[in-house]
Amino acid sequence: MCAFQAPTSEQASVSSEPVVNDFAFSVATSNGSGSQTSNNVLVQTLFDMGIPVNGKNLFPSNIKGLPTWYTIRASKDGYTARRATTEIVVAYNGATVAEDVAALPPGGVCIIRDDVAKIAPKRDDITVYTVPVKDLMDQADVPSAFAKRVENMTYVGVVAQLFDIPLDMIRTSLVKNFGGKEKPAMMNFAVIQLAYDYFKDNVEKVDPFRFEKMDLTKGKILITGNEAGALGAIFGGVHVVAWYPITPSTSLVDTIISYKHLRKDPETGKSTIAVVQAEDELAAAGMIIGAGFAGARSMTATSGPGISLMSEFAGLAYFAEIPCVIWDITRMGPSTGLPTRTSQGDILFTHYLGHGDTRQFCLLPASPEEAFEFGWRALDLAEQLQSPIFVISDLDLGMNNWMSEPFEYPDQPIQRGKVLDAEQLQQFIADHGKWGRYWDVDGDGVGYRTIPGTDHPMAAYFTRGTGHDEMAVYSENSETWLENMHRIKVKEETGRKLLPQPIEDYDSSKSIGIISFGTNEPAIIEARDWLAREGVETNCMRVRALPLADSVLEFVKKHERIYVVENNFDGQLNQIMRIDFAEHMANVKSLTLGDGLPMAARWVVNSILEHEGK
Amino acid sequence: MAKENTLGLSRNDYKGRKSTLCPGCGHDSISNQIISTAYDLGLEQHKVIKMSGIGCSSKTPAYFLGRSHGFNALHGRMPSVATGALLANRELKAVAVSGDGDTGSIGMGQFKHVIRRNVPFVYIIENNGVYGLTKGQFSATADEGQELKYYGRNDLPAIDLALEAIISGATFVARSFSGDAKQVQSLLQAAIAHKGTAILDIISPCVTFNNNDSSTKSYSYGKEHEIPLHEIQVLAPDYVEGKEEITIGDYAEGEIIEVDMHDGTIVRLKKLDRDHDPRNRMQAISVLEEAQREQLFLTGLIYYEEPRPTVQENENLIEAPLATISEAAMRPSAEKLAEVMASFR
Repeated sequence: MCAFQAPTSEQASVSSEPVVNDFAFSVATSNGSGSQTSNNVLVQTLFDMGIPVNGKNLFPSNIKGLPTWYTIRASKDGYTARRATTEIVVAYNGATVAEDVAALPPGGVCIIRDDVAKIAPKRDDITVYTVPVKDLMDQADVPSAFAKRVENMTYVGVVAQLFDIPLDMIRTSLVKNFGGKEKPAMMNFAVIQLAYDYFKDNVEKVDPFRFEKMDLTKGKILITGNEAGALGAIFGGVHVVAWYPITPSTSLVDTIISYKHLRKDPETGKSTIAVVQAEDELAAAGMIIGAGFAGARSMTATSGPGISLMSEFAGLAYFAEIPCVIWDITRMGPSTGLPTRTSQGDILFTHYLGHGDTRQFCLLPASPEEAFEFGWRALDLAEQLQSPIFVISDLDLGMNNWMSEPFEYPDQPIQRGKVLDAEQLQQFIADHGKWGRYWDVDGDGVGYRTIPGTDHPMAAYFTRGTGHDEMAVYSENSETWLENMHRIKVKEETGRKLLPQPIEDYDSSKSIGIISFGTNEPAIIEARDWLAREGVETNCMRVRALPLADSVLEFVKKHERIYVVENNFDGQLNQIMRIDFAEHMANVKSLTLGDGLPMAARWVVNSILEHEGK
Repeated sequence: MAKENTLGLSRNDYKGRKSTLCPGCGHDSISNQIISTAYDLGLEQHKVIKMSGIGCSSKTPAYFLGRSHGFNALHGRMPSVATGALLANRELKAVAVSGDGDTGSIGMGQFKHVIRRNVPFVYIIENNGVYGLTKGQFSATADEGQELKYYGRNDLPAIDLALEAIISGATFVARSFSGDAKQVQSLLQAAIAHKGTAILDIISPCVTFNNNDSSTKSYSYGKEHEIPLHEIQVLAPDYVEGKEEITIGDYAEGEIIEVDMHDGTIVRLKKLDRDHDPRNRMQAISVLEEAQREQLFLTGLIYYEEPRPTVQENENLIEAPLATISEAAMRPSAEKLAEVMASFR
């Protein structure tokens, strides 16, 4: 399908029996040509038809001109992982047509622009439908300034006609896509209609693929993880957002900006949330740490290169114990890497971010629902644990549209953690004889803090990244240093229990377990069904936070063999497990990919079958 | 009984911990001027935050205003931390201390951007032209051609931080000498009243590494060469003309420049030898260029303009501190969430 595709040993075989609601197609266009609207409309319409669907954008780091692919998968069984191969390709880009056509399985379908068709390789085992794009556009009443951007609507009309998508539903989602603006929507729709009619009147359908209405998306929403995380932060009471634009995190803060109106003070019309575009990621980190110190809820969103820049500040916030939330929408590294490709390659670095003995709290969302939940929960946890909380998402979750249940309203009041106001401080001193910022009276490693502005002569303390005692006074004393580090370790244990616990699917009759995290979830769900059909029954655990919950080791102990499945090159979750309990890792096998693409079930299945000797 | 200010506090109540800097350090006298100024103004310490980066200068917030929260942050990154804190709570006044290394080298970017954003706070640069904690390397403000014991001759031109501040859009830029207690206090008072980033570049000799007579940042040089641009008098907002004596001395019409600060404070500048109006940006730049060229040590309020909107105003923030607003103001209703969800169907 495209240059980034992992080689596969098998092809999806296509029968001549009708194939309904269970196939995938790939749309090959060039970047900046307006194809995103066409693709969004197709995904939205299939969703509106009640068919489980996903759309994955595989795009280049470029504004205009380089090849881009969009894959759409419909699955009557509700599988939402990316498919390794697609039965249908929309070949609208001459630069990639050779590989696009070659990637089709026998019996596949190629919908191709007439000018691209001239240079396409010939295959006699696929069905080819040629779209006379220029002729259709000549007939369309589109101002020449828009013609190039609208011509991708031709394949929407063709796909609708060939695979039975009702035109009126296309029209509805088109209008929605244009934010309700009828005029541009209708200009696009006219082109869709022309292509639809042309195929209806002139082309005979000979392939077996068809869509049919279902009712499996009822009540659901289509949303990206970045939008979900942003809404989580808005409903989590974030006060200060500071950021520096970086793909693929930008849409998270963009979404916060577009929902700022939800946080307007009704009386004055003024804002209860500040969003500052910083001069770089260092400043963004500094701002959220300053805000956290002063008692506000603060967050930033970035990606790997930004995390690298923030490491010194992350160490400061860890050691000075300042609440703040840092989202990492992971893209492929090392270095600038593949800036528009997905990865799970930041978890090891982020978990230990900062020099010296740091161990950061990290949340690992797998779906928009979890991105929303962790969006508000991370702000609670940051104040409860008085520490940075990293939310490690990725490009696949962040930027692609996912089907989701509507988000549940937070099921608990906002948790501000241990903050003493003037009166409470007075009471604290009366009860305990003194107060110290880092004094662990409760034995959970978390002290009581005061914030600037607290009108009490004893409220002030000096925040610093240098050695300090429990009264926050500078100290270079070795014993004091160790006491402080031991207390922070106690806090780590508190966090281990407070953070979201793993989701486990366990049945004692099964001896093989899969451990994974984040956006591998859809691939693993599908792979487990597939493996079961091949006679390999599996249990599964999805880790949702670092440091690892105690139940991870329990899960390992309960199985003869464990596969740790992750979408990075070095097996980073496997390494973290090894750091925590190396002596129990003899039967643990690390399965790693890290090819820049969302994980497909086939790779999981093939990898496990190979190790199982099947 | 010790003297008390309007809050019933003594000057001692404004002190911090004992300084650990070298005896005679210029930074300690600046700390003392901060203590005196806060005491004289009757500042409420719980409404003040002390911010700093890393370096000798950045240690000093521990040595003044012991009842104010402080944050000794990262090298060169104090401005961003101060920005965040002042977004969290716009009722706070921040007094920030940085050094010439902290601002002029590692922190140059944040220095310029905090000014550009017009974060309302007092930004003091304790400028000694040398890295003290790492034992005496040249900083970016060191004089060209200057000699230091271990590091030899400085071949690079000095960066003038007051000039950088003006070019970056600062609305209050002053220069002083740590040995000039009266002027430092007057400028501090005016800076605290300013509703924007107030830059105070205070030459503060390093007695250990950079106090030889050849250095323009030594005590002897400062004492002998300081040329105040004007005499400064700062009148509090509640000052009433006629009732209180003007102590600036005799003056003739036209020799006084009155600068009205946003909070009602009046800064009166009495012209001395030089004809400098700090409200003239080009003149301010020329004065600094001339001083640099002729190795003059000009002090006083170099540049002032009516401040632009602050970062909090540009963010259209509510007046109350964000940090302590109610849960109701922080979390939109379940109905709102349902509306948002419906829009994603």
